[in-house]
Amino acid sequence: MENRLIVTASPHIVDRSSTQKLMGNVIIALLPSVLASVLIFGLRALLVEAVTVFACVAFEYLYCYLMKKPIPVGDLSAVVTGLILAMNLPVSIPLWIAVLGSFVAIVITKQLFGGIGFNLANPALMGRLFLFTSFTGRMTEWVFPQSLSGVDALSSATPLVAGQTTPLPVLDLFLGVHGGVLGETCSLAILLGFVYLVATKTISPAIPVTYVGTVAVLALVFIGPSHVMLHVLGGGLLFGAVFMATDYVTSPFTLKGKIVFGIGMGVITWAIRYWGNMAEGVSYAILLMNLFVPYINDLTRQKPLGGAKKK
Amino acid sequence: MSAQQNKISVLTNGIIKENPVLRLVLGTCPTLAVTTAAFNGLGMGVAATFVLVCSNMVISALRKIIPDKVRLPAYITVIATFVTIVQMLVKAYAQDLYSALGVFLPLIVVNCIILGRAEMFASKNNVLDSALDGLGMGIGFTFTLLLMSAIREILGAGSLFGVTIIPESIDRISIMTTPPGGFLTFGVLMALVIFVETKLGQKKKRAIGCEGCPSAGVCQSKGECK
Repeated sequence: MENRLIVTASPHIVDRSSTQKLMGNVIIALLPSVLASVLIFGLRALLVEAVTVFACVAFEYLYCYLMKKPIPVGDLSAVVTGLILAMNLPVSIPLWIAVLGSFVAIVITKQLFGGIGFNLANPALMGRLFLFTSFTGRMTEWVFPQSLSGVDALSSATPLVAGQTTPLPVLDLFLGVHGGVLGETCSLAILLGFVYLVATKTISPAIPVTYVGTVAVLALVFIGPSHVMLHVLGGGLLFGAVFMATDYVTSPFTLKGKIVFGIGMGVITWAIRYWGNMAEGVSYAILLMNLFVPYINDLTRQKPLGGAKKK
Repeated sequence: MSAQQNKISVLTNGIIKENPVLRLVLGTCPTLAVTTAAFNGLGMGVAATFVLVCSNMVISALRKIIPDKVRLPAYITVIATFVTIVQMLVKAYAQDLYSALGVFLPLIVVNCIILGRAEMFASKNNVLDSALDGLGMGIGFTFTLLLMSAIREILGAGSLFGVTIIPESIDRISIMTTPPGGFLTFGVLMALVIFVETKLGQKKKRAIGCEGCPSAGVCQSKGECK
C-alpha cells in the first residue's frame, strides 16, 4: 500500500492492466488456434507447442538467473512468444529445431537487447525467420496427418502456390483444411482470437485491419477479385496481422502510426508475394516494419494539448 | 612502468584491450565476409598480420621523411606494396585460399586496421614498437577471425577446417554461413567482450565521443578538435 501516493508527472491514469494480464488475454485469444491446430494436424501439434513454450520460459528463466537479473517469467510474455513461435512451425518440425528457435527468440532477440520492452523486432518472428533461413526445406514441409481424409500423411503445397492454378474452395481456406504452419491455416480460429482481443481492448484493430485491407486492395488491383480471398486467407497474413504485428513493443503508439505501419506491411507483403520469388512475405514485411517503428513513432508523435508548435 | 613492461603492453594491447575488430570495430568488412570457414579466417588473419607488421615498420622508419600533407598516399603506397607481395605469395603457394578469399585479399590495402595503425601508431613511434604493435594487432585480428569463422563453420557447415565433426544426419544451421549469421556472431561476440570487461572491472565508463573510444590514449583526442 506504499504506492498509493503517486508523485510522478501526469498522466495519472490508474489502470489495473499489467503485462501479465494483457499477455493472459493474448494466450486466451490464441487458444482457438491451438485447438484448431490439434484438430487439423493431430496431437503432435500440441507437443510442438508445449516444447516451444517450455523452452522459451526455461531460456528466459536461465538467462535472467545467470545474469542475476530479476526473473520476469511471471509476466507470461515468454509463454506468448513460445506459443506464437509454435504457431509458425510446421507440425513435422524436429523438436530440437523448435528449441533452437526458442533460443534465438528469447536469448538473442529479446534478452540480449535488454529484455521485454527493449527488443527491436518481435522475438517469435525472429525465431521463425532464423529457422526459415536455416532449414528452408523443413520449414516448408507441410505435411498434415488428417484423420478425416483416411490418408496417413498428406503432403501439400501452401495454397498461395497451389491456388495460383486451381483455386481452393473458400470454405476450406476459412476452416484451414490445407497445408501450412500450425497457426496460420484456420482463419476462423484466428478471427475468434481477434474478436476477443479487440473486445477486451488488448489490441487496437487499426493494425490488423489496415494490414489485411491493404493486401486485399492490392490483390484486387493487380490480379482481380478471384484471388482476394486466396491472398487474405491462404497464407500467414491473418495470423501475422492479428498476433505478430500487434506486439506492443514493436508496433507504433499512435493511431496514425499504426495505420502507416499496417499499410507499410501490406505493401511489402504484396511486393514479396507478387514480384518476389517467395510465396510468402508476411514475416519479412513485419520484420522490416518493426525496424521502422522508432521512426514512425517520431514522425507521428501526438502534439500535447496546448503544447508549443514544433519549430 | 619500465621499458620492458611497456614493450609487452604494446604487444598485448591489440590482443584484448584494443582488439581491432571487437573493440575498435575496424576491418569489419573482411571480418564478416571471409569468416565462413575456419581456414579462410586464419588465412586472412595471417595475411593481414604480415602486411600490418611490415607496413608499420616501414612507415615508422620513414615517419620523419614523409611530408605531413601527403602522408596518406604515402602510407597507401607502402601498404599496397606489401599486399601485392602477399597476393603473389598466396597465389603461388595456396591456390585454394587465393580463390576462397577472392577480392578480399587485394582489399587488405584499404583495410582500416592497417591504415589506422599507420596513422595512430607507426607515424608516432619507433620501428621496434611499431613492429610489436603491428604484431599484437595482427594476432588480435587473426584470433578474432579464427574464433568467428570456427563458430560459423561448426554451426553452419558442421565441420572445422574442412573436417566434418557433426554427423551428416543432423541438419545444418545454414544461416550461420550466410551474411546474417556473420552479423549475429559478430554482435554476440562484441556483447560477450563487453560483458567480460565489465566483470573484470576494466571497463571505462561508456561514453560517446573521445572518452568512450579505446584509442583515445593514442590519438590524444585530436579527432574531436577537427
